[in-house]
Amino acid sequence: MVETKKSAAPKAPKGHVVINTERCKGCGFCAQFCPTGVLAMSKGFNLKGYHPPIIADAAKCSGCGLCGMYCPDFAIYGVKNGRKPESGDL
Amino acid sequence: MSESYEATVTDPVSAPMTCDSNPVEEWLRMDRMPHIWCPGCGIGTSVNCFTRAIEESSLDRKNIAIVSGIGCTGRVAGYLLLDSFHTTHGRALPFATGLKLASPKTKVVVYSGDGDLFAIGGNHFIHAARRNLDMTVLCVNNFNYGMTGGQVAPTTPEFAIASTTPYGSVERPFNLPYLAQSCGAVYVARWTVYHVKQLQRSIREALEKPGFTFIEMVAPCPTLFVRRNRLGDGLAALESYEENAVIKNGADTRECDLGMGGPIVCGKFVDIDRPSYLSNQVAHLRKVLGDRYVMPDAWQGVVQ
Amino acid sequence: MNADPRGVLTGSHFLDGDHAAAEGALAAGANFSAGYPITPSTEVVERLAGRFPFTGGTFIQMEDELAASIAIQGAVWGGSKALTVTSGPGFSLMMEHLGYGIMTETPFVLVDVQRGGPSTGLPTMPAQADMMQARWGSHGDYEIIALAPSSPQECFNLMIRAFNLSEKYRTPVLLMMDECVGHMLERVVIPSPEKIQIEPRRYTRKGPDEQYWPYSLEECNNGDLVPPLTKVGEGHFPHITGLTHDDRGYPAMNAKSQAVLLGRLVDKIRNNADDIITIEEDGTDDADVIVVSYGITARVCQPAISRARAEGHKVGFLRLVTVWPFPEKRIRELAGRVSAFVVPEMNLGQIVREVERCSQGRPKVRGVTHAGGAVHDPEEIYNAIREVMG
Ligand SMILES: Cc1ncc(C[n+]2csc(CCOP(=O)(O)OP(=O)(O)O)c2C)c(N)n1
Ligand code: SF4
Ligand code: SF4
Ligand code: SF4
Ligand SMILES: [Mg+2]
Repeated sequence: MVETKKSAAPKAPKGHVVINTERCKGCGFCAQFCPTGVLAMSKGFNLKGYHPPIIADAAKCSGCGLCGMYCPDFAIYGVKNGRKPESGDL
Repeated sequence: MSESYEATVTDPVSAPMTCDSNPVEEWLRMDRMPHIWCPGCGIGTSVNCFTRAIEESSLDRKNIAIVSGIGCTGRVAGYLLLDSFHTTHGRALPFATGLKLASPKTKVVVYSGDGDLFAIGGNHFIHAARRNLDMTVLCVNNFNYGMTGGQVAPTTPEFAIASTTPYGSVERPFNLPYLAQSCGAVYVARWTVYHVKQLQRSIREALEKPGFTFIEMVAPCPTLFVRRNRLGDGLAALESYEENAVIKNGADTRECDLGMGGPIVCGKFVDIDRPSYLSNQVAHLRKVLGDRYVMPDAWQGVVQ
Repeated sequence: MNADPRGVLTGSHFLDGDHAAAEGALAAGANFSAGYPITPSTEVVERLAGRFPFTGGTFIQMEDELAASIAIQGAVWGGSKALTVTSGPGFSLMMEHLGYGIMTETPFVLVDVQRGGPSTGLPTMPAQADMMQARWGSHGDYEIIALAPSSPQECFNLMIRAFNLSEKYRTPVLLMMDECVGHMLERVVIPSPEKIQIEPRRYTRKGPDEQYWPYSLEECNNGDLVPPLTKVGEGHFPHITGLTHDDRGYPAMNAKSQAVLLGRLVDKIRNNADDIITIEEDGTDDADVIVVSYGITARVCQPAISRARAEGHKVGFLRLVTVWPFPEKRIRELAGRVSAFVVPEMNLGQIVREVERCSQGRPKVRGVTHAGGAVHDPEEIYNAIREVMG
């Protein structure tokens, strides 16, 4: 259901995002408030019948972690590449 | 976890994946997931801000206790992997008071709803703030009683619809920051769950400050309040918070009333110092009783 | 375990029941109390407020009885031994939290110095009319332990026993005093600490990294239904809720969990009734009529019993020191032998119903009621004895 696009950008993205599709309740917070527009809402359904987010542009992910902070269902998180997330990352 | 979740991951390209789970998970009782909250409910978002704040703070997980009353927000205690107490409706604060007096080394956090803290528990709130016992009160204000089906609360804006005010409430709601300040809270802030970064920072400040600290966390109850008042869904509510928020640190709390569709003044409004209950108690009894005063064992080395 | 000497005011004193109860709590090792003033119980917390700073304890006056009765439970989970004290109207307000204590298995002592009711009733005058409220006052099904002292000395002694039972069975215990006992001055002998036996709190032996479930019987011997406690800061991260819960303490809202939990909560008291129940008997072996009473009324009965005995009647006496659980086994036994029970109590008929229930229609059961405000005239009790003798 979730499309995982290979990064087309020549430069490695700063971060990546992990979506737990089946935990998602489709509120759309993550896609709306991702500052770089990495996420879009899928037209497909998860098993609970919600539309989860999909990764529309992985290359843009900064790993800022905002999507994870917004997600009321603990279904998504972003992380900077190459190191463990710290609280400073949000 | 009772359900098996299938995780999808973006390609980390060259960098190895260094975080194999959501950072909130280490603070959650994962064996209780999924939680009961509705899609787009703001309570979960506030929990993210809270767990990041404690992670960032200097607090030792063993020395944090979370106390909730009853309500959708009251369920927070049951989802956090901390010493956690789900008490009775309205009585989280007096429970927390006893807990703190018995174990001053514990950072006591009261996490509850607007109805729980300000209707049935309102009397306890004003007295807890007055006493200035060290504790942090985090109130999810969703403008109604979520758990019982969206009845009017002491925070419901004038003329808003609730299940027990089907034609609109005519009562004037509490202005929570003003109330908290008047009663003696040493730290008072308001953020919405749209303001995740600011809320996280504010919770951390409140946790690290001695005395009675209070944060109002404005959050959508999409199933009841938002829907009944034709405000869209949870996302629409967050967008309206973004639009209506007026960030004004140090604002006069008398000017922080919330009305339907009006501005939401956010920020840190109060940050003062005042002797806390425990230090005041010990200093006074030492003065009055001298060497005859026997400090409780659990206070030794904690209360100066 | 012997009492901690810090709280024990060894010696012979002239105290009223309220002050004696406070000394009993201190001797039992109580180090936390939260209260809200109400006649005729206030002297207990006044004494505690004065004494705690010298014994390492804390008293806080809360904003109401709802707050007091839950603050003590917070304190227990913080590691304290705690009590609260009240009377009628406050006892009513505390009922929700009595239930919370039973459900969460939080040990504490709740004292009700009974006054005339309902409502504000007779603030300064005695009654024993909260006995059924003690049994059934909180909503839902449960078993409760309640003790009834009939002298200041017994206020001291039974306070210690109340704490011991609360620790042993991990449950709230009620000390059902009355205004008379609370305010009467008598000699109270406080023994030395090594003569006072204290039931230590049973904490889990689990280390901070071990899995601890607050309601698991894993660390219990066979048949022991009382799981060990923990407190905050131990790294056990317990979850405590008033919702129906499983062994982990997690909400488990279904008929099966309800049956399992309530079954254990009730059985841990019922199965140990013999240990919990204390009664005093005098002349019951060959009695024709037995007077059953408790608290101050048990003393008011004495002249009536003596008079009837002096006239050659075989009158026995049974005093309920433990009122709840009710000593039904013993009352049933006696019911098979005697011709009548006479039950004087300062209410319009509460414990008499229990005696009737256990008598199953065999002997006559005659209540001697009193609406409260004053103790019985022993003459009324004497007349009741004569009446049942036919
Ligand atoms: C003594 C008592 N009265 C009423 C209730 C029913 N009740 C449960 S939660 C609640 C209101 C909760 O509202 P709020 O604190 O705003 O929490 P929310 O669900 O909105 O997060 C009520 C009235 C109760 N549990 N106990
Ligand atoms: S914020 Fe969470 S629940 Fe909402 S759409 Fe995104 S992943 Fe799903
Ligand atoms: S981590 Fe930041 S940039 Fe990446 S998807 Fe999440 S919100 Fe967008
Ligand atoms: S009823 Fe409202 S407050 Fe409760 S979980 Fe649903 S959205 Fe949240
Ligand atoms: Mg609410």
